[in-house]
Amino acid sequence: MNRLRLFLWAMVVAAAGLFGLFAYQLGQPKNDFVASAMVGKPMPTFNLPAATASRPPLTSADLSDGKPKLLNIFASWCVPCAAEAPQLDALERSGATIVAIAIRDRPENVDRFLEIYGNPFTRIGRDDISEVQLSLGSSGVPETFVIDGNGRITYQHIGDIRADQVPMILEELRKAGA
Amino acid sequence: MMAELGLAALWLAAALAALQLLGGWLGARSDSVELAALVRPAAVLQALLCAVAFLSLIYVFAVTDLSVALVASNSHSMKPMIFKIAGAWGNHEGSMLLWVTVMALAGGLIAAVERRLPERTMMATLGAQAFVGLGFYAFLLMASNPFARLAEAVAEGNGLNPLLQDIGLAFHPPTLYVGYVGLSVAFSFAVGALLTRQVTPEFARVMRPWVLGAWIFLTLGITAGSYWAYYELGWGGWWFWDPVENASLMPWLAATALLHSASVLAARDALRAWTIMLGVVAFSMSMVGTFLVRSGILTSVHAFAVDPERGSFILALLTLYIGGALVVFAMRASTVAEGERFSPLSREGALVVNNVALSAILAIVLLGTLYPLLTEAFDVRVSVGPPYFNPVGAIFFLPMLLVMAVGPLLHWRKDQFARVRLPVIVIGVSGLAVLLGVWLLADIGLLPLLGLALAVTIGVASFLPIRGRSIRRLPLPVWGMCIAHFGMAVGLFGMAADSAFQRERLVAVAVGDEVTIGPWRAKLNAVEPVAGPNWTAMQADMEVSHGGGAWREARPQSRNFWQPPQETSEVALITRWNGQLYVAVGNEAEDGRWQLRLWWKPFVTFIWYGGLLIALGGVLALIGRVTGDLKRRFAARRIAERNAEQAA
Repeated sequence: MNRLRLFLWAMVVAAAGLFGLFAYQLGQPKNDFVASAMVGKPMPTFNLPAATASRPPLTSADLSDGKPKLLNIFASWCVPCAAEAPQLDALERSGATIVAIAIRDRPENVDRFLEIYGNPFTRIGRDDISEVQLSLGSSGVPETFVIDGNGRITYQHIGDIRADQVPMILEELRKAGA
Repeated sequence: MMAELGLAALWLAAALAALQLLGGWLGARSDSVELAALVRPAAVLQALLCAVAFLSLIYVFAVTDLSVALVASNSHSMKPMIFKIAGAWGNHEGSMLLWVTVMALAGGLIAAVERRLPERTMMATLGAQAFVGLGFYAFLLMASNPFARLAEAVAEGNGLNPLLQDIGLAFHPPTLYVGYVGLSVAFSFAVGALLTRQVTPEFARVMRPWVLGAWIFLTLGITAGSYWAYYELGWGGWWFWDPVENASLMPWLAATALLHSASVLAARDALRAWTIMLGVVAFSMSMVGTFLVRSGILTSVHAFAVDPERGSFILALLTLYIGGALVVFAMRASTVAEGERFSPLSREGALVVNNVALSAILAIVLLGTLYPLLTEAFDVRVSVGPPYFNPVGAIFFLPMLLVMAVGPLLHWRKDQFARVRLPVIVIGVSGLAVLLGVWLLADIGLLPLLGLALAVTIGVASFLPIRGRSIRRLPLPVWGMCIAHFGMAVGLFGMAADSAFQRERLVAVAVGDEVTIGPWRAKLNAVEPVAGPNWTAMQADMEVSHGGGAWREARPQSRNFWQPPQETSEVALITRWNGQLYVAVGNEAEDGRWQLRLWWKPFVTFIWYGGLLIALGGVLALIGRVTGDLKRRFAARRIAERNAEQAA
């Protein structure tokens, strides 16, 4: 019986913690824009294999070739990434160069995803253990980085890009020197 | 006028709930309280008043009374009548009124008919029911009055989210709500039993029909919701592990566990504390789910009107009910005596494994759903998706299914393996044969492979409990169990077959072109504009043929609603017995070609047939339990009458 009682008090504490978390989160303003610690920092060095046969692999050198780019972090299993696809297409049509990193994904799934939702990417690297993702200061999918011609991160967008945010991303890209 | 009538009825009902709480609380403490005599009538009257309030709300929506704020902001005079009526509960205030109405009806029913438990336990139960109800009355009357009038009537209403203008969805949320409310009744019974220290098999028998009823509605709600997401979102998927979906899955998992542990308590007087715990957890999950969906603290692919202030209110209720129940339970822990003992190899043993596995899956889903919230508190944003839920959930789900295949064959209390050796061998061999066959013939992933093999295994095993028994004399609850377990097999087969064998294509097609996908050929004959009552659409006029057979029409649409303006995809579904062709039409490209998305999904319909079978099993079990109870009650009365005659 003592064990039961202990377990129950543990449940009470767990519930209190949970409700506390809920209450804390309710009080937090819902801010979609988090200032990233990586903004203004140079890109870490990496060398990722290709995530799909249809696009070349991605290395950090590709990101400092003098031309500003968007770096999109996505995964075929991520629903918001699918929702974001039309906006990435729109960005590409507006002249943005977009490279991507596929997180914890399989080539056949990436192919399928790109076939369904379109492929606006010029290069796609494959990050199976989120190694590069974490070193970029990204912890979720999708995320989009604006990178200037010298491989410096100038802007980080967390979450999917909404239709009304496309001009803002283009403006960030222009500021980065495009 | 009707709005004022509804509001008055609601206030009166709330006052009666206060009376019921007071009477129930005093009546639970001692037998000789006069106020306790008012508890049952108060509950019945409260049910009637809530029904009046709810019907009033339906009326103001049906006639589109635009002087009522809720109607003006959620309805529109041009809407088809069925959606006007469904609009009454398709919003926050209306759905909360539906919640208290169903809860009051359940409370009234218990008060009117339930006489098997000790009267003090009943008083505590009805008091707990009133306590839960009062919170929702306060929420409705103070923070979300559905009957509030506008100072001046508007000329036209705002309309209803077009995604929600769908006949399936009109009945999806109320179905889930009825399930949630059913669990609140189970919660009240658990609290009542705990407060009066009457955790007995009789308590489990009284609570069981409510759990069963709630579980049936939750099963139907989840099945319908999954099908809705499948054809309305146009993404071809049927489950996205989205917070809103998880919010409906978690109470179902807890209710499933509760259903099985209540059976053990009813039959064998074991698992007392555990059953009470699950009663509390199941209702907690309903409340947590409602909180997550309504407060908007998690972002979801399903569009919902959210409001953090309402979130605070639900959170306060959640803390009060669940925190309160857990504290009472912890303080009463020593008075819930340990139940009967049993050997690990027994029906109870298998049900304990089932309960542990279900609880583990529940914990996994809860953790995955809340993890982003937790890390966000430390300014780290993550999204948790299928790579977590599928394999981690499968660790417990697949072994649980194996136990589900064997468990019903075991005797209560203690069993010998030798007795069930033959059926176990049949089950094992059939499973291994399918596993090997599929593995040799098809190149598919590990989880779908295991899923297919297990589906066949438990499909066979689910009807083994009938073996050697007279089919005509088999009790309905046993039929219910077999059919529900078979439904699990059917659903699992659909999931595994769909993920293993589906084909998908995205193509840009000019009018007159033909494309192939899997065994299908599809022709695009024309793309024409069409108009509905409150939308216009581009409709692709297509013909499809399976394996060179007859051509059938398919007409997917890309729809534009006017009020509020929103674009939705109406997919065309061509159903065969062995699967569905899923066609969605997208935008027109610059060169005049149309974007088409096609999926061939073998056996995908089995997922929802499975869900329906599970619910059907529940319905049979419920009918069996309730008629059994009625028969027993009738027999008891006859015996009492005969005894009275003999005495006279």
